Amino acid sequence: MGHLRGKLLPPALAIVFSLLLCGVALIISGANPLSAFGAMVTQVGKGTTLVDIVNSTGIYYIAALAVAIGFQMNLFNIGVEGQYRVAAVIAAVVGGSIALPPGIHTLVIIIVAALAGAAWAAIPAILKVTRGVNEVISTIMMNGLAIGFSAYLIRRDVFGELRGNNIRTAEIPESGWMPGISFGGSGTMFGFLFVAIALGIGYWVMMNKTRFGFELRASGESSTAASAGGVSAKKMVLLSMLISGAIAGLISLPELLGRDHTFSLNFTAGIGFSGIAIALLGRNHPGGIAFGALLWAFLDKSGLALDNVGVPREIVTIMQGSIVLSVVVAYEVVRRFELASEQRRVGRELGTVGGAA
Amino acid sequence: MSSSTSVGTDEHPAVVLTGITKRFPGVVANSDVHLTVRRGEVHALCGENGAGKSTLMKILYGMQPPDEGTIEVNGEQVRFRTPSDAIKAGIGMVHQHFMLADNLTVQENVVLGAEALHGIGKKARARIIELSGRTGLNVDPGVLVEQLGVADRQRVEILKVLYRGAKVIILDEPTAVLVPQEVSELFDTVRGMQEQGYTFLFISHKLDEVRAIADSVTVIRRGTTVGSADPKTVSSRQLAEMMVGSELPSPETRESTVTDTVVLDVKGLKLMTPDGSRPILDDVDMVVRSGEVVGIAGVEGNGQTELVETIMGMRKAGSGTITLQDQDITKLGTLARREAGIGYVPEDRHRHGLLLTQPLWYNRILGYQTRKPTSKGIWLDTDGAKKDTERIVADFDVRTPGIDVPAAALSGGNQQKLVVGRELSGDPVLLIASHPTRGVDVGAQALIWDEIKRARAAGLAVLLISADLDELIGLSDTIKVMLRGRLVADADPNTVTPEDLGSAMTGAGATSASVQETGTAHGTAVVEEGEN
Repeated sequence: MGHLRGKLLPPALAIVFSLLLCGVALIISGANPLSAFGAMVTQVGKGTTLVDIVNSTGIYYIAALAVAIGFQMNLFNIGVEGQYRVAAVIAAVVGGSIALPPGIHTLVIIIVAALAGAAWAAIPAILKVTRGVNEVISTIMMNGLAIGFSAYLIRRDVFGELRGNNIRTAEIPESGWMPGISFGGSGTMFGFLFVAIALGIGYWVMMNKTRFGFELRASGESSTAASAGGVSAKKMVLLSMLISGAIAGLISLPELLGRDHTFSLNFTAGIGFSGIAIALLGRNHPGGIAFGALLWAFLDKSGLALDNVGVPREIVTIMQGSIVLSVVVAYEVVRRFELASEQRRVGRELGTVGGAA
Repeated sequence: MSSSTSVGTDEHPAVVLTGITKRFPGVVANSDVHLTVRRGEVHALCGENGAGKSTLMKILYGMQPPDEGTIEVNGEQVRFRTPSDAIKAGIGMVHQHFMLADNLTVQENVVLGAEALHGIGKKARARIIELSGRTGLNVDPGVLVEQLGVADRQRVEILKVLYRGAKVIILDEPTAVLVPQEVSELFDTVRGMQEQGYTFLFISHKLDEVRAIADSVTVIRRGTTVGSADPKTVSSRQLAEMMVGSELPSPETRESTVTDTVVLDVKGLKLMTPDGSRPILDDVDMVVRSGEVVGIAGVEGNGQTELVETIMGMRKAGSGTITLQDQDITKLGTLARREAGIGYVPEDRHRHGLLLTQPLWYNRILGYQTRKPTSKGIWLDTDGAKKDTERIVADFDVRTPGIDVPAAALSGGNQQKLVVGRELSGDPVLLIASHPTRGVDVGAQALIWDEIKRARAAGLAVLLISADLDELIGLSDTIKVMLRGRLVADADPNTVTPEDLGSAMTGAGATSASVQETGTAHGTAVVEEGEN
């Protein structure tokens, strides 16, 4: 009972709090908060918004999983942003330059993307393990490098080609695509969403049922106890960073395999940073992350409707930020409260309070 | 501040604690403590580790509020909410672990947080120079703290509390970090300041030091004050009995079960400080046999922790070999060493033994994540872990409502029983027990002793590190004394007394036939230290 309450109460409180905060912000700016929120909700039923939300949820979900694996052992992989950008451009280049039977072609692209993401993450991982370089700093730097590196790869004298006003890589032949589920005028759902669901299940199994997951959680909970228990901190840093990078490499694949089929200047950036916020919101739990990703996608897509009612769309960013901030605070408050009440309960059941044991 | 404290008349004691009780979940840290400190005296507070001394001092220093009881300073009842309230009342605390910023100067460290008193400029400097004479600190206030030695850093800490107007100074285990010569210098300083009217509360479990410096002694045992004594007339033995109590179960193991089978063989083990400037472990040779308990005695900080962590593979030895049952484990990692049959009860169960927010059964897996019954290949066996945790809870009398509660919810004694139970699972050949009964209640202590004895009788080799000399003498078949990273002497637990052991531990040399200095090289080391 208290267990579930401790998990669900903080995000609920945080969302209510940030709604209130945004309401106040809206009132100050002279808009009616109720009509603004109403416009966002009714937007869901319009056009392709619902399918867009679902598609976006899947992409955010993968990003947040990548971040969450690092979080499990207090490793802050800010580099997800750069890892998926590099993975996307390399996967697009490789996918566009090979010819393989359908299915296998797609699979090769997926594997290449995962390897590229892992390779980009390996650099800060190795730096941390061998030289003690803080992964926050190095992954931020790697994000900067990733922008330059991907821009270089799509230069026309390297792998890029000019199409209209846009520079892009060669298009992936149809054998490398991943078909989606069409809803006609309401849009097409990415087929890669099923991979995202499988990743979520795999993540849950790994964290709860495997030795590796145990070692990861133990390292995150107490690195000293983990090392006394025979968990090699360096090995865990390396492995978790590589897995995080490999999953990060898959972030752009729903769009690449299901819609764009090429890496171009229209590349969707910033998902890696959203992933950090969503992983925080979902407390690294696969179910919580799914919820967080859905909320994020909803705010993103239905926020477009705000312009129609004369409210600046940026209010959504305020809401996202305040949700994350308040959820972090709320979790910490509830966690301390729960631990203290658990200790009191144990003390009461054993009757040791009041007399030395 | 100082003006208000000097108003109190001389009849009032400096500090009176009455009926102080402090409960933590599942354990009572202090119950009905009474303590009276007269003005201008050095009052020692004695007790074993975990007896509740530090909790009591945290209450007096305003870091924790008492659940019951009153505090009087100079005859006036006070209620401290924060340490700054205590400082205002003229109480200052010098912590065992220094709280100084190495990259700042002495003056900067002293005025930090007390800028309102005399500013940060010339006035502050003049005041510091005036006060530093009283502490015996002979350095310019502009010197960086990182250039000072340990003894001078301690003086800076004392200077800090004087600067803030303290008249009553709490010294928390001040000698733990000092060498004998520095200890006597500290005592000279304390006596000098005492003549100038300062009052000291001296926390220690080193009885010889208490008798040397204190004007009166209060003994605290298992959270409550059990009596006072006059240090001029009481013997260390009597004090020890007060500290330990008569109801204490005896750790003694009589008939020897030592066999000829060598289980752990350590040869020439060396470990340097991270900067490579001096050795922490210096050429340690040691053998532990099946059915034998080898006890390591030593003042804390002489390399015992590092010895254990090096044998466990948590630190990398500079040179030397470690052999476990004819298998060279020098190059193996911690997990492989555990798998080879080492059980490990760490000295700090919170830092090294438990995942505090995780349930008990999850903690059962720690260190055993590759073995039955808690795992199968790459998969965890949660059912097996839960079942085996139930067994430990039953066999080791872990008082808990269930195995799903987080480890943090248990009292220290029950946490420790869980750790000991876990480490005796999986048929270890060697158990390394660091302070296995530190901070646990009498019942848990007796049970842990019994379990170690039983395992020893069944042929387990045990390496025991303990600051509790009675425990060490009672449980061990062989005692080795560790001083500055070397094993300097062997003692026979059948005849040695805690006093003999104590003097060997401080490097004063053998005072009894029961203590034999080992090796010529080590012998000269002891002599060198004697000349200091």
